[in-house]
Amino acid sequence: MNDMINVALPKGRLGEKVYSLFESAGYDCPAVMDPGRRLLFENEEAGVRYFWVKPSDVPIYVERGVADVGVAGKDVLLESRPDVYELCDLMLGKCRMAVAAKEGFVDDTSRPLRVATKFPVIAREYYASRSREIDIIKLNGSIEIAPLLGLSDVIVDIVETGKTLAENGLVPFETVVGISARLISNKVSYKFKSAAIREMEEKVRRAAEKKAEETKK
Amino acid sequence: MDLSREVRLTSAEAAVFSLRSLYESCGYGRFKVNKFEEYDFYASCKSFLMSENVLTFTDSTGRLMALKPDITLSIVKNVGASGDGPQKVYYNESVFRDSGDGNGFREITQTGLERVGEVDTAAVCEAVELACRSLDLLRAGKSAVLDLSHVGVVSAILDAEGVGEAVRGAVASLMGDKNAGELMRAATGAGISAAGAEKLCRLATLYGTPADVRDELYSAAGDVPGCAPALEELYAVVASLPDGLRRMIRFDFSAAGDMKYYTGAVFRGYIDGIPRSVLSGGRYGGLLPEYGAAHGGIGFAVYTDLLEYAGGGRGATLVFDDPEVK
Repeated sequence: MNDMINVALPKGRLGEKVYSLFESAGYDCPAVMDPGRRLLFENEEAGVRYFWVKPSDVPIYVERGVADVGVAGKDVLLESRPDVYELCDLMLGKCRMAVAAKEGFVDDTSRPLRVATKFPVIAREYYASRSREIDIIKLNGSIEIAPLLGLSDVIVDIVETGKTLAENGLVPFETVVGISARLISNKVSYKFKSAAIREMEEKVRRAAEKKAEETKK
Repeated sequence: MDLSREVRLTSAEAAVFSLRSLYESCGYGRFKVNKFEEYDFYASCKSFLMSENVLTFTDSTGRLMALKPDITLSIVKNVGASGDGPQKVYYNESVFRDSGDGNGFREITQTGLERVGEVDTAAVCEAVELACRSLDLLRAGKSAVLDLSHVGVVSAILDAEGVGEAVRGAVASLMGDKNAGELMRAATGAGISAAGAEKLCRLATLYGTPADVRDELYSAAGDVPGCAPALEELYAVVASLPDGLRRMIRFDFSAAGDMKYYTGAVFRGYIDGIPRSVLSGGRYGGLLPEYGAAHGGIGFAVYTDLLEYAGGGRGATLVFDDPEVK
């Protein structure tokens, strides 16, 4: 059991893309993509054991050493600040964290800016770096509605195509940080499964670069 | 009444006894520190603390007090003031730190040692050997490694690039994450040359036994003015260790970015099955100059509470004398 690399995959569309990358890097385990409720899969020959977890929980599994490695979005890592190694950018799930507001919005700097977000740590740090006082309004979903109903002045949220924002009359006007999926490792696993994890990092990095090249074409 | 005379120790309890025996046998005397310190003391040296958040309360005389977030500072303050040359002490204390994960403050039990005063290569060798021996006592049949690095290597590269304090903090954080991609972008974005940024990235991702990484290490940093003495010291320390302990050593410079606290060799210990480092230490200097000349030193702490992760006891049993009154 100790020689296997335990990999925490984020459930959902991103996780499927991530698995396909691992598969092309030589870490296949076909049962992973079987429909059903199973969450734990292994391929002894490839030396890998996968489990599906909620995307925002991936860093917890890795930090606590239950998973040796995992894949998490940069947004999740910036928000939860886990004590893990961030080994490489898989260049999947690319999007950006942005500030958006109603079209024509002008910041009234005479009072604190009301910011609705699912990402209070990222938002707080961004505005602290600009010395702007803000009032954070932590929401868990439907962020776009906050400025429309007057709950907030702006939102800080993930923007992929900008379509949802546009449909709600919002425009992104500042990029906070670029987001993509990252391969992370538990620090202790990195010491005791060093060769296997470094080999996986190298193979997956190469597969990610190849995939990015193909996408460009 | 059944008066039991034997108690099976937990891993943490057994660790405290075995470490105490090791440190005393090497000439370290017990140092008992008070649980509290005046808050002003920490306010004056916040940069040396892992977190600026300190648990405070007002005592019966109206003074603002803090529960200790760190033991080294208190020991340096006390034994540094005596000025009687190097002082060798060990401790077994609790510190109170912000967990950093939104779960508030945690009590962390530590057993550790400090050698306060002049530090030469022999002192570094002794501290690293004792760190290895500590891990060896605690590993309970599992594998253990001691990651070793030297702040002097990273700071020499940054000095050669003329890097300021703010950028050093960002570099340290990205090196600590082994995040070579962002380290390269941040370093070149901050004006560090492409060659300098590449050296930092190579150091951050380098990992292996001293023999295995020697060529890579010298190729990455050997030509930087100021790096050679630090690398020589590291290899001298490794050469001084008995074979069995030398096998525990890995070089990992991702931890060498902490230039606020440490000034020389830095080391972290790991035991297979425990998801965090169980030992942390290094050489420091420049702490509390107002408390006397002997403000440098070298030491480390073992986080004994983490040993419970390994599961079960160590099989150690404490036997009490027959009670006189039954």
